[in-house]
Amino acid sequence: MIILQRRKDIPTYLTIAVPIISILITVLAGGIIFALLGYPPLDALYEFFIAPLSRPDQVGNLLVKACPLIIISTGLIFCFRANVWNIGAEGQLILGAMGAGWVALSFPEAESRFMIIAMAVMAMLAGALWGAIPGLLKVRFKTNEILVSLMLTYIAIFLVDWTVRSPWRDPLAFGFPLTKAYPDAGLIPVMSLPGIGRLGQLHWGVPVAFLVAICGWFYLTRSLGGYQIKLMGDAPRAGRFAGFHQGRVTMFVMMVSGALAGLAGMIEVSANIGMLQPQISFGYGFTAIIVAFLARLNPLAAIAAGLVVALAELGGDTAQISMRIPKVVTGIFNGILLFMLLAGETLTHYRIVWVGVTEKASINKTSIKKDEASHG
Amino acid sequence: MAEELLLAILLTSVPLILAATGELVAEKSGVLNLGVEGMMLMGAVAAFGVASLTGSPYLGILGGGLAGLLISLIFAVFVLGLATNQVATGLALTIFGTGLSGLIGAPLVGQSIDGLPSLIIPWISDIPMIGAFFRLDFLAYLSVILVGLTAYVLNYTQFGLVLRAVGINHDSAHALGYPVLRVRFMAVLFGGFMAGLGGGYLPLVLTPHWAEGMTSGRGWIALALVVFASWQPWRVTAGAILFGGITIMQLVGQARGWAVPSQFLSMLPYFATITVLVLISRGGRIQFGAPAHLGKNFLITR
Repeated sequence: MIILQRRKDIPTYLTIAVPIISILITVLAGGIIFALLGYPPLDALYEFFIAPLSRPDQVGNLLVKACPLIIISTGLIFCFRANVWNIGAEGQLILGAMGAGWVALSFPEAESRFMIIAMAVMAMLAGALWGAIPGLLKVRFKTNEILVSLMLTYIAIFLVDWTVRSPWRDPLAFGFPLTKAYPDAGLIPVMSLPGIGRLGQLHWGVPVAFLVAICGWFYLTRSLGGYQIKLMGDAPRAGRFAGFHQGRVTMFVMMVSGALAGLAGMIEVSANIGMLQPQISFGYGFTAIIVAFLARLNPLAAIAAGLVVALAELGGDTAQISMRIPKVVTGIFNGILLFMLLAGETLTHYRIVWVGVTEKASINKTSIKKDEASHG
Repeated sequence: MAEELLLAILLTSVPLILAATGELVAEKSGVLNLGVEGMMLMGAVAAFGVASLTGSPYLGILGGGLAGLLISLIFAVFVLGLATNQVATGLALTIFGTGLSGLIGAPLVGQSIDGLPSLIIPWISDIPMIGAFFRLDFLAYLSVILVGLTAYVLNYTQFGLVLRAVGINHDSAHALGYPVLRVRFMAVLFGGFMAGLGGGYLPLVLTPHWAEGMTSGRGWIALALVVFASWQPWRVTAGAILFGGITIMQLVGQARGWAVPSQFLSMLPYFATITVLVLISRGGRIQFGAPAHLGKNFLITR
């Protein structure tokens, strides 16, 4: 029979090899699925992973796609490190976009450069508030944060749908569910790089995303607060003996991740859309979960991981146009990637050993205590 | 009119009953599978595809169930074989299932099938109000039988006792010589089969088309329902009918032009779920029958 044997120490090469091998297996498995369903596999893989980068301006677009993923996953890394399962970043993103939209639409004549800062602050407040709800219910009533944050996502979707169709609808939009366009001061301009000029749709939100990831990394790895988060996630009992407050950590990570998701929502709208509409996000809140895992819960690595996942997202767009494959198909790659990363996590910590029947008697059994995610 | 409404509520609740009952069994054995939405979508696309190819909605039922079972196999291998994090693996399953069902279903968009016919039971179905319960289709009747069977096996058989023991404390169950992983494996596959049936009900009865993401969050509501019902099969059924009622009420409200915007009515099931989650969480989890080792992995190691 096959058993798993805990490794005494984890070889460094494995921590680097696991994400890379996971990506390779994902591409391979995705190709096989396309072949089985009668799509030319090489063409499909080309459309998903190479065609998006065939033009230099597409590099800019890749960065633009990665921008919300990097910001949101940095926030989620705070949560996941603390063993708090916020999977409602999508809803927090929407609330953030609405908060920023409220500022932009309230001051249509604004020309001040502080406008964009006010919008970012409002977006982060709204996102943090939406993230605080599952946090508060978890701390106060031990309510499962997975289900509550997810239910709040659906509520957020209906909420933004209502606002753009009723109170905030532009009367001149010919009945389309759109708000008025934001004033110029509420838009994030396209970047102009020295010597190159514009690179696709590359905008000023992208450097903000990099900054967020770097700050997040610094906080989590170089501060007492970051240590507290990790301790509460890995060994809550020890943390309590050390005098740390579990409830406070939970609230903090939920609000940080909500605020960052809200910021991502504001950047998405101000840089790419310029007004509110029923659909703001394309599942970035969920995709960012995969980015967080691909980055092995390290915000710096989330920059690279965000770019990898954004490539598949961008590929989904090109494949939809050129091969008429629905956009959701990107989920196949995302799903397999997450499966592989999780398996890799186990194989990093354990060695697979085959033991004969005679040895069976000497096998101990233990349960993994670190996977403590449960209802209620 | 009231009877038509009752019938509509019952039909809406069937996918929830099926998926939630399956998830309940998996959770009772200690496995939290967040992939219900993905398994339901796979069931829906398979049921529609099989019914469309063979022209038989009954074969569609089988196709839906088997598709759900097959995709839950992936989850079982990762969570039970490799002891991966259950929450993240379940999310991966939902993301994967949403994508794969979209790819499989792409050529099916725009097609239409003959759904499952209503099997009207003579005499009884003419009774006012109660008659609505006897004008359902094969899969709806089957769902009631499956709930009854699940309740019986869980509460009155030795296998059910072992399954619950595994969910309460897998170390003790293992020490007593029960095959923890094998029991959980069967529970997860049963959950997949039931979610597949529930997903299949959507194209086979509710709307005779395939649309990507057509479960629209029902998988997540099913997950919430298990908690709502405090892990009791018959309460799952009652809860599903309640949720079906809220959904239908919102449609009625839209049709009659109630002053409340439709989006707010659409939010109701999600609000209700949160409220219930808070209410049952307050009372502490043990008396609500929550399996103590839910979400924790068991691993043979040395």
